[in-house]
Amino acid sequence: MTPNPTIFTPLLIASLAVFAWGCWKRLSLISLGKPENRFDNIGARVGEMLMYAFGQKRVLAKPFGINHFIIFWSFIILLIANIEFILHGVFPWISLTKLPDGILLPLLLLLDIVSLLALAAVVVAAVRRVISPPYPEARTIEAFFILSLIGLLMLAYFGINAAKISRMQEGALAIAKTWMPVSSVVSGMFAPAAGATVYSISWWAHAFALLAFMCYLPHSKHMHILTAIPNCFFRRLEKPNTLQREDFIIGNTFGVGQVDRYSWKDLLDSFSCTECGRCQKVCPASITGKPLNPRAVIHDIKVNLLENGSLLKKNEKSLIPLIGEQGEGSVSEESIWGCTTCGACMEACPVFIEQMPKILQMRRHLVETDARFPEELLSLFENMEGRSNPWGIAPSERTKWCAQIDVKTFDKNSTEYLLYVGCAGSFDSRNKLVTLALTQLLDKAGISWGILGKDEKCCGDSLRRLGNELVFDKMAKENVQIFKEKGIKKVITQCPHCFTTLKNDYRQYGLELEVIHHSELLRNLIQDGLLKLPYLAAGMGQMVYHDSCYLGRHNDVYEAPREVISLATGQKPHEMRRHHEKSFCCGAGGGRMWMEEHSGDRINLVRVKEALEEKPDTICVSCPYCMTMFEDGLKDVQAGATRVKDIAEVVAEGFRPD
Amino acid sequence: MLIVACIKQVPDTTQVQIDPVTNTLIRDGIPFIVNPYDTHALEEALRLKDRFGCRVAAISMGPPNAEATLKKALALGVDHAILLSDRVFGGADTLATSNVLSAAIRKLHSDVDEVGLVLCGKQTIDGDTAQVGPGIASRLGYQQLTLVDRIVDLNFSGKIIRVSRKLEGRHEIVEAPLPAMLTVVRELNRPRYPKVPMRLAAAKATVEVWNNQVLKLDEQKIGLKGSPTWVSKIFSPDRAVGEILGDGFADPEGTAEMLIEKLLAKDMLPI
Repeated sequence: MTPNPTIFTPLLIASLAVFAWGCWKRLSLISLGKPENRFDNIGARVGEMLMYAFGQKRVLAKPFGINHFIIFWSFIILLIANIEFILHGVFPWISLTKLPDGILLPLLLLLDIVSLLALAAVVVAAVRRVISPPYPEARTIEAFFILSLIGLLMLAYFGINAAKISRMQEGALAIAKTWMPVSSVVSGMFAPAAGATVYSISWWAHAFALLAFMCYLPHSKHMHILTAIPNCFFRRLEKPNTLQREDFIIGNTFGVGQVDRYSWKDLLDSFSCTECGRCQKVCPASITGKPLNPRAVIHDIKVNLLENGSLLKKNEKSLIPLIGEQGEGSVSEESIWGCTTCGACMEACPVFIEQMPKILQMRRHLVETDARFPEELLSLFENMEGRSNPWGIAPSERTKWCAQIDVKTFDKNSTEYLLYVGCAGSFDSRNKLVTLALTQLLDKAGISWGILGKDEKCCGDSLRRLGNELVFDKMAKENVQIFKEKGIKKVITQCPHCFTTLKNDYRQYGLELEVIHHSELLRNLIQDGLLKLPYLAAGMGQMVYHDSCYLGRHNDVYEAPREVISLATGQKPHEMRRHHEKSFCCGAGGGRMWMEEHSGDRINLVRVKEALEEKPDTICVSCPYCMTMFEDGLKDVQAGATRVKDIAEVVAEGFRPD
Repeated sequence: MLIVACIKQVPDTTQVQIDPVTNTLIRDGIPFIVNPYDTHALEEALRLKDRFGCRVAAISMGPPNAEATLKKALALGVDHAILLSDRVFGGADTLATSNVLSAAIRKLHSDVDEVGLVLCGKQTIDGDTAQVGPGIASRLGYQQLTLVDRIVDLNFSGKIIRVSRKLEGRHEIVEAPLPAMLTVVRELNRPRYPKVPMRLAAAKATVEVWNNQVLKLDEQKIGLKGSPTWVSKIFSPDRAVGEILGDGFADPEGTAEMLIEKLLAKDMLPI
């Protein structure tokens, strides 16, 4: 009843060679990527890895996550059994049974139970894939093959142990029944005489499954078993809400139009994706039937790398373009322009793949290297560069919103806060009302504030998200200089796009500002008793709150606006089906505000309908873009009396007797 | 074959105000742009370059800071960018301007390559005369095809061009021998956006400047001295003050009725 090392050893060596060769062939391609430092703050990285890779925190966020958790930990625990199996196969005298009973017996119990759990999890996974797969394309032969292999591995494990148990004497049998309950049950399923046959079949089935898995692993999406853990370790520790700067030097390349222009971490990302599809299920573009699918983008980057890798290593031209309509291995331009940069994909990814920055890098290539983009953007780019606002309105009209009121210009020596009004707050007639409401509140609270007036320029948010980095860079430098010259330290914004740009993007230009969104400021002012509302703004009726992506997901401001609503109206806002970090984009981010929506359902209508499910009287927003999208959407669905109000307008209601 | 695109740096007129005392444009702090119609002329020249492989020269008459306009043209891909700048060119009306531009085109013709086409915007947004293009054609003896919204056919070797002219309520297809001068309208094309590598190269490039020592024109025919027209007054027309009728929020139907009555009374609604 001993395995045959003379057959097993060469098979093992061959499998190890196939495994190593596969790993090397693929992982060496990662070295084609550009350098990027992901080795800082090792302590925090280890912590993240333990929590998210080993603790599976994000995996567990979804119902079937527990299934993966069981399989993951079974694999880790069963490593002991599998290593023993391999060593025993080569050197038959090596066996766990050499361990003292005090260790051996609990270990056998653990392995026995874990194997059963893994088998159950594999069955659940297979049934799920048949009945209700995470997404239709997930019903792949590959998925069933790998599940079958794992299942076979577990069954064979029981077979081996059951065969051993079937030949045991009384005393040993009693111990086995206690410490290997599952294997004991299996041993009752065949006559003790068949034990030797069962053992051989099981042993070789186990060997086959193990070695086949080893050979297959590096060539499949199950590569993530090796890459997901380091991917969590190398994750971006700060929120991936911005992109790296580019150096505008003659001879440089701009953006990513070829796969080897990504960083090594981007390429590692592509090998870490197990195609679970969680990103596509939260992506507003995918959900509304547009060509963009974040899972497919990552997959295409991987396929492109695999196809072109060997050529790129030799500095030869790539076979399949990264951007194009060639199908698998290429990302279509329509996909690239479909992204609203809402960040839902990155929030959902269990292994911290950064989909959004990869898409924006391709946008940079299209805009900067090829000057190719949807035609609506031409006037946007020219308006931004020439007149520093998206509509191309004369800059002299930037202060028209305050023509009727007394507003002070920011003064280095006497003003505490700069109110950075932003383009929407300055030019858009609906959002000008928000600005006026906010300024009244600031005055009532006795805040020292001022505006830049004619010196205010657009922050450049849309340009950066649309890949027009050269013009963004120019505008950012101008703004940073103005802010520095004027000695501005604290800034109030009512626009989450200005908020994130001033706070996160301008940091790359050496400007550290204390940027506060008006929802946070109003919350603080009311809580500290500086802003006393004489009335409850109860006339706004039932209220739902819509999270702005750049306030919530990208900057973790979720509670302040809700607290403001509670304080102003005396009631907590209702939550929509999707809220907080799972909130659904209004459709305007990432420069989509300025583009036509040619295919699929309109994102803002989907969100408006979701809001209306709560039967609200008022939909509360905290972003000028969301305001526009909701105003438009409500008109389209003819929602009757439902209104959209900004958080500042809700608070302002508290000064009006009902 | 060489195609010449004439482009002008103009103040961004949406941002311009008029000095009521001097009756001139207040240009301080006003950003300059390439005359929007000229961007379409330039784009068409570049498309013809892409199609026929000919060369493109962009020329502009203006003060030294008009170099920025020509750098934009370089960033878009022109082969030659020439600034016609001299104090004696200053104060020119459309006649004097067309004299300078024609002289430059003649020089390009003799120094660089045979000129097949000259492209201009239909007019500039600051002067709005629409005379310079036709003026160039007259000085050079070229065919003039104004208000072009489409080049239907172009044959450089056969020296023939056929274009569509956008007139009020109709289009006119006109054929003419080359060389020809075209003034173009916005519908002709959608201008391209500069690529970053080209922009960076253009920023470092030097724009060739031709002054009157190069062009050697009679000073009586250029600048203020060569300009028979002058502006006697420039002003913003007074706008009639509007009137708010009724309350559209409280009574939309009544207010609409009131508006219709007013319009009928003023005979502004065709019935």
